[in-house]
Amino acid sequence: MKKYDLNDTYIASFDNEKAITTKNIQVFYGKDQAFFNGSLAFPRYKITALIGASGSGKSTFLRCLNRMNDDVATVKGDIMYRGLNINSKKINVYELRKHIGMVFQRPNPFAKSINNNITFSLKAHGMKNKKQLRQRVEKSLKDAALWDEVHGELNQSALALSGGQKQRLCIARAIAMQPDILLLDEPASALDPVSTAEVESTLKELKKKYTIIIVTHNMQQASRISDYTAFFYMGHVLEYNTTKNLFTNPHVKATEDYISGNFG
Amino acid sequence: MNPRIANKIAHGVIYTLVAIVIIILIFLISYILVNGLPYVTPHFLSAPSQVMNAGGGIRDQLFNSIYLLILTLIISFPIALGAGIYLSEYGSGKISGLIRTTIEVLSSLPSIIVGLFVYLLFVIRFHIGFSILSGAVALTFFNLPILTRNIEDSFQSVPNLQREAGISLGLSHWKTITGVIFPEAIPGIITGIILSSGRVFGEAAALIYTSGQSAPVVNYADWNPFDAASFLNPMRPAETLAVHIWKLNTEGLVPDAKQISSGSSAILILVILIFNISAHFLGNYLYRHITSSSK
Ligand SMILES: Nc1ncnc2c1ncn2[C@@H]1O[C@H](COP(=O)(O)OP(=O)(O)OP(=O)(O)O)[C@@H](O)[C@H]1O
Ligand SMILES: [Mg+2]
Repeated sequence: MKKYDLNDTYIASFDNEKAITTKNIQVFYGKDQAFFNGSLAFPRYKITALIGASGSGKSTFLRCLNRMNDDVATVKGDIMYRGLNINSKKINVYELRKHIGMVFQRPNPFAKSINNNITFSLKAHGMKNKKQLRQRVEKSLKDAALWDEVHGELNQSALALSGGQKQRLCIARAIAMQPDILLLDEPASALDPVSTAEVESTLKELKKKYTIIIVTHNMQQASRISDYTAFFYMGHVLEYNTTKNLFTNPHVKATEDYISGNFG
Repeated sequence: MNPRIANKIAHGVIYTLVAIVIIILIFLISYILVNGLPYVTPHFLSAPSQVMNAGGGIRDQLFNSIYLLILTLIISFPIALGAGIYLSEYGSGKISGLIRTTIEVLSSLPSIIVGLFVYLLFVIRFHIGFSILSGAVALTFFNLPILTRNIEDSFQSVPNLQREAGISLGLSHWKTITGVIFPEAIPGIITGIILSSGRVFGEAAALIYTSGQSAPVVNYADWNPFDAASFLNPMRPAETLAVHIWKLNTEGLVPDAKQISSGSSAILILVILIFNISAHFLGNYLYRHITSSSK
């Protein structure tokens, strides 16, 4: 196993508008530190991919961004979103998660109808108007490129959908909250190539309206869909650049080895 | 050994063992039904029992068993639901360890001991007397561990991803539990309730000293549970079907004790079979209904 210098990093900065910025994120599971230095600025309306080997801390980092680590881990550092440090105790996390949605590795639709999968959280957040709900269901399913396939069977169980459809339903459910930012943790890794392609093309459409941060194991996927890429290694971000530059001209040895397959 | 032969032998052994279990079960059930069903007539089900004479029925005992079961569920279900949700969704550390140990101890107590305990405390000390209420308390002691564990399991069997989905949509943990986890757990909970009902329905030892061994004449037209003669009065003694069978076989004075006992056993088994089968179907039905509800 090769050892890489954890201080040898290359974090590019860009002067476009940022959706969310992290400073010195450190994460501890109990006493074990799993994440050491996360300072990244995520450009708005772009797709940023987080790549790296298994256990490098990609999920750990991603889950900080909408406070999903709250009951699991201790997170230190600042996360700036709309001028607020959202990694503070004072933040209303329920409200925050409406702005920063999440899609998980395994499709996890609720055991409800397709329609209720989307309306459940909307109703829980106080939306009562039937017409409004119906419109929101239609719009989010259209945005998630699922409408054409399911509009005739909105009352059917979501559990009967295919894997790719389920995952797009989860995307629809997340964007029905009209978030700013969409976090996706390996959304296609449990899917076959066809479903993966569906999800990827959906994401490319979505970046017109949302800032997307996606964890992926798959470097082809990262290079296909993302504008920016961050390379994670043992709880450190070693390199961050435009996807094009990171893949064609890596500055850090670890990144170079990882993308060329000579890693570890 | 050749893995294929080993596999065949293993299959053979397993199938044989399964067959033995099934044969025993079928034999037991059919023996009881064949011996008992001939005595089950409309008269048998609708007549009160006799103390000395032949020709008594089991009307009151059957009703008592059902009423006792319902009262037991009314007492034990809310407690078990709370404890089960706590253990599955919030429990960690000392308190849940304490609850788990308590449940374990409770479920390992012999039923006659529980019966005597409730007898001494409720029947004698609190002057409640032999009553459906005392019986229901005793049965609650049995039902609570089974039901709590069943509810905990039903909640636990809902994947954690569902909780994360709820949380990530900005819902509180509680809203996620009530709106997402609970509906998915309902089929399992219902199945558990019905299966535990079967056990409660057939329990005798704990009831001998609590709900008592007499079936006083009650008025089925009196719907006021506070009237002494009302069939709904929970303070009256109430012999159940299982206790009736036990009594007929130990000190039955009626000449047709054996027949009545056989008939009662058949009814008891039938009811429990119905419970078990309906648990299966109702669980499946509810799951389908809930997961794709058209509302
Ligand atoms: N809930 C947890 N409790 C304790 N340690 C954890 C927990 N989750 C992750 N870890 C640890 O934190 C480190 C980073 O894990 P993380 O899941 O963030 O990696 P990852 O990059 O997402 O990996 P993968 O590609 O396999 O999903 C690992 O060493 C892991 O063992
Ligand atoms: Mg991960």
